[in-house]
Amino acid sequence: MSKTAVTMTVNGQPVEELVEPRLLLIHFLREKLGLTGPHVGCETSHCGACTVDINGRSVKSCTMFAVQAEGAGITTVEGMAEADGTLSAIQEGFMQEHGLQCGYCTPGMIMRAHRLLQENPNPSDEEIRWGLSGNLCRCTGYQNIVKAVRYAADKLNAPKEAAE
Amino acid sequence: MIPGAFEYYRPASVDEAVALLAQHGDEGRVLAGGHSLIPMMKLRLAEPAHLIDLQGIETLRGIRETEGAVEIGAMVTQHELIDSDLLARRCPILRETALLIADPQVRYCGTLGGNVANGDPSNDMPAVMQALGASYALNGPNGTRSVAARDFYEAAYFTALGEGELVTAVTIPMPAAGHGYAYEKLKRKVGDYAIAAAAVILTMDGGTCSGAAVALTNLGQTPLYVEVAGQALVGTALDEAAIDKAVELAEGVSEPVGDMRGPTDYRSHTGGVMVRRAIERARRRAAA
Repeated sequence: MSKTAVTMTVNGQPVEELVEPRLLLIHFLREKLGLTGPHVGCETSHCGACTVDINGRSVKSCTMFAVQAEGAGITTVEGMAEADGTLSAIQEGFMQEHGLQCGYCTPGMIMRAHRLLQENPNPSDEEIRWGLSGNLCRCTGYQNIVKAVRYAADKLNAPKEAAE
Repeated sequence: MIPGAFEYYRPASVDEAVALLAQHGDEGRVLAGGHSLIPMMKLRLAEPAHLIDLQGIETLRGIRETEGAVEIGAMVTQHELIDSDLLARRCPILRETALLIADPQVRYCGTLGGNVANGDPSNDMPAVMQALGASYALNGPNGTRSVAARDFYEAAYFTALGEGELVTAVTIPMPAAGHGYAYEKLKRKVGDYAIAAAAVILTMDGGTCSGAAVALTNLGQTPLYVEVAGQALVGTALDEAAIDKAVELAEGVSEPVGDMRGPTDYRSHTGGVMVRRAIERARRRAAA
């Protein structure tokens, strides 16, 4: 089967690869680019462990072909911290609030929470739960995940409030 | 879960997509949001040799108010329906329904066109479109035509869509100002398909129901527009006897399969409960 060239921007870096059209984006990211932050969980678009940000939308990368992302801008969890290693507010929140145990769901949770806070910078706990309803965690029971997102929202909002 | 191999196309116009479909016949499939088709491809229940991605076709996007109607491009996503101020003002049942479909990630990808066109009886939008009296614009080798949502569905995954045709837009006659609406969906968990669901649109005039439409999701091989249930409500004050009658008529036409979402009797019964709740909520929302 012939291969197709795809170009996209992943975590700010231009990427060009030859792929089979049937290659799923999750396998492209993990196997072609070595970005193993996005996890293969259920493979059936239920669990959200493979969630990445594509052109400002949270997407389950197990349910998209790499060729569909031609020309797109993608952010994975590897692109969340600053270049000097400073964690993003959401990553810091998951650490401070113990928002993970095994960590398997965490990259997807962080990427989904990132987009949620872009769209709704000060969500209620209920809105956080609805916003994360496409991500499953089988360890923590979600309490601390909600707290982690709350922590990030408060931290991101603090400079704005101080300026007012 | 590796899908079968295929050739990928990203046409820039509907004409180009129609030509590709004509060229590849049974071996070609169009790809919209992909959240029904790609899972099927991963299970090898679908193995198109030629996959025609519609994302590059600008004319399939956008939500427009036209004379007396709302026109929604087939590639408009559930997320865009939820986000639309126009729909929130003029046709809010779409937002209510879209919020009950899958989860946030899936709603960024899943499209209205895909939801109504693929003929899955568990999809939520078809019954809503039937209740609203919507029609679908189709484009194919013999040009364009329009089919009413109430006439579109033939059996599970069988629709009026002809060979080489695709849905390009959904047109909804503008619901009356002050209309009442509700989509009631019983499901096991967030993101699940309906055990049973009901869409109701109604208008009130001085305490009397002057128009009503009832349609059901996942209670048969197709979405079910229950014309007689609407008729049982019109001309009444939506008193208990009228609602009982509409519920009975809706239960009478439902033919759900028994599956992991429950046995036939349970699903028919809960379908009636959804109809009752939808009528009551639509009535509370309707302007007198």
